[in-house]
Amino acid sequence: MTMESLEQIKTRVEAAVPGAKIDIIPNPGPAQQSSLLIDNEHAAAVAKFLRDDSALRLDFCSNATGVDWLDRTVKKTVKVKKIVDGEEKEIDETTEEFFPGYLEAVYHLYSMTHKHGPVIIRMRTADRAENARLPSLTPVYRSAEFQEREIFDLYGVRFDGHPDLRRILMWDEFVDYPMRKDYREPDDYEYEPTPHDDVLEKAKMHYSARPQLDGAENITAQS
Amino acid sequence: MNTTEMLQPPPAMTSRLDGELMEVSMGPQHPSTHGVFRMNVALDGEMVVKLKPVFGYLHRNHEKIGENTSYLGSMPYTDRLDYFCSMTNNWAYALSVEKLAGIEVPERAEYLRVILAELTRLQNHASLLGFLLSDMGAWGTPLMYAFREREKILDLFESLSGSRMMCDYMRFGGCRVDAGPDWMERAKKIVDLFPKFLDEFEKLILSNEIVIMRTQEVGKLSAELAINAGMTGPMLRACGVNYDIRKVDGYGFYPRFKFRVPLGEHGDCYDRLMMRALEMHESVGILKQAMEQIPAGPVMNPKVKIRAFRPPVGEAYGRIEGPKGELGFYLISDGGTNPYRYRVRPPSFINLTVLEDLCLGHTVADVMVILGSVDIVLGEVDR
Amino acid sequence: MIGTGILKGMAVTARNFVGSYFEKDRLITVQYPEERSPLPENYRNFPFLIYDTDDPEAGLRCVACKICEKECPPQCIYIIKSEDKKPDYMGKPQFYAAVFDIDISVCMSCQICVEVCPFEAIKMDKVFELSKRERFDALLQRKNELAKSNEYYHSIHPIEAAEVDAKLAEAAAAAAKKKAAAAAATAAGSTSAPGTVPVAPAPPTTP
Repeated sequence: MTMESLEQIKTRVEAAVPGAKIDIIPNPGPAQQSSLLIDNEHAAAVAKFLRDDSALRLDFCSNATGVDWLDRTVKKTVKVKKIVDGEEKEIDETTEEFFPGYLEAVYHLYSMTHKHGPVIIRMRTADRAENARLPSLTPVYRSAEFQEREIFDLYGVRFDGHPDLRRILMWDEFVDYPMRKDYREPDDYEYEPTPHDDVLEKAKMHYSARPQLDGAENITAQS
Repeated sequence: MNTTEMLQPPPAMTSRLDGELMEVSMGPQHPSTHGVFRMNVALDGEMVVKLKPVFGYLHRNHEKIGENTSYLGSMPYTDRLDYFCSMTNNWAYALSVEKLAGIEVPERAEYLRVILAELTRLQNHASLLGFLLSDMGAWGTPLMYAFREREKILDLFESLSGSRMMCDYMRFGGCRVDAGPDWMERAKKIVDLFPKFLDEFEKLILSNEIVIMRTQEVGKLSAELAINAGMTGPMLRACGVNYDIRKVDGYGFYPRFKFRVPLGEHGDCYDRLMMRALEMHESVGILKQAMEQIPAGPVMNPKVKIRAFRPPVGEAYGRIEGPKGELGFYLISDGGTNPYRYRVRPPSFINLTVLEDLCLGHTVADVMVILGSVDIVLGEVDR
Repeated sequence: MIGTGILKGMAVTARNFVGSYFEKDRLITVQYPEERSPLPENYRNFPFLIYDTDDPEAGLRCVACKICEKECPPQCIYIIKSEDKKPDYMGKPQFYAAVFDIDISVCMSCQICVEVCPFEAIKMDKVFELSKRERFDALLQRKNELAKSNEYYHSIHPIEAAEVDAKLAEAAAAAAKKKAAAAAATAAGSTSAPGTVPVAPAPPTTP
């Protein structure tokens, strides 16, 4: 049984859940797995519709995961005609467009009843700091329970409505979110006989600080 | 007392002396938690009233390592996820990258992958049954019988890939080395002898009254909850849900083989145990067909570069039916040599979602049996 | 009847116990270290560097291109490239590795260094008893410990080594032919050369 196209799903969801805003995020790669970006306000209702609709019956949320997208600026160079000193000239004008970063939660939905899928839905947070909040889909899909906890643990997305949002893989006292792209490891160093790039830098730093460190005198800086 | 009377569940505990609950931390160094897994259990007498699993003792942030290594460099790390089934881990990862980059796989390589995946399933299920019996108190004997058979399969892996458990055998667009005719002969012999072991093993455990009493009606899971909680693999099929990714997705030439998907009825520990035994029979069938049909030819797609492999921008989610359930890899490529996002969908981790639901109302001794029947490997749970 | 299942199981254990004295299938363990099961041809454990000729220093095939260092997933290889060039075993001036260390404790035996090496210079060894008494520098294998002869490679991976030698011989033959053709072209250009430049015979393809 073939599934409806994403466009059809989009129109049907928007008709069924009033106010829901859905965008299709195309996937340029050969996998062709495009996804639906759903708005946070109606996310739970949309997920419920996807799960219960008789034609879709996406009752199995296979995978839920986070993705970190950092702030980025895209430089664009456009040729503009301008009047300089009374003369019309063509000038290269560079514009910088700033895209604020965000965290994303991606869910892969399949149907065990109709054996089709995947339909990929995504949600985006407003920013990467205190507003990194998303509605939890655990009330709709129980399988997201541990996976959303994992996203919270490793990416720092708070899921509103999650029954038990605690750290899951890291210990409770841990402060940072290790899967974020700008995560910096704490400065703990253990002597390594073959230091490479970053480790070598670290080794040198610790070497000067702790010359008595066992074996550290062998560390030599190499280009 | 006849058998049916003995098989009734124990009467529910209704009275308590002073109504106090006792909190017990089971694990992480408990012999039957299959690794460093911990459960915080609240007990009423000997009855479990609350259970919270605690993870992370083996956490090494596999996904971050994957994002900092090249695509090929992650392949040996996938061996260390579920260290019992490195071949299927390799396959799932290779399949996802092949989806991401649009790579074709030669026919012989696909057959080899099927053969190795089914051998992995045989050894995983056999040793799981051994471990489960060990959890019930049948120390040693069944596990050693299972390990004896597993050893033969591991020797096959070793002579093909160079390593018994950390195989690192599959590559994007094929397999690393070809299996020679001697290897195929040896594999055939082992597969032909496997049903003999299975019959013996089933005689040893499946009709044993103690096993039946310890597993039937213990840890029942309903089909609705199983689907909603994302159970996959034998856990799901023990509840009677017919969902096998080998059939549904039809990856890797599985549609060419005739095999049945065993289904349970009650969703209890005994059904889960039976699922593994029956799946082994089906796997032997697939192996026999695959070894007969396997064509000659190359095992690597020559177009795939080993150094500086860069898939096009995009994302892909690839999944296979691993011995423990759906093993998926979600990859996002930004066009570079490292994946932008590398995510593992670990079946044993997600199958633990319902652990509390399964254990409520059972005794501490049953918790071990239930955990054993879920089939977890901590390398994959904690990643 | 209750208990029959248990009795059946006991019969199985009895058969296995007695059978372990007679059937090879039922007892597959060996008494290591007195007995050892043979290692298969493909077995891999730890990388080593190949040298040709008799000189482990000059005969190394490695040209310190650092590809293996870059591709190694756990980053266990450490190379310092030489400043100068020395003639390699073929007589061609090449860079060489001034330092080539591999850390046993970090290496995970994945064989990726072997796969990415364009010079067939690094291969997998079969030695698995590598325990040492110290944690750090003793676990580091230096260049002189890593260098092993091509004959050794033939003794541990005969089939693979023969293939590699054939490949190298073919490449050498192709290079010699090209050189000869180039020399012939220049000779034909100068007209005065009386004979043709002798073409170097291709090395034998089998070891």
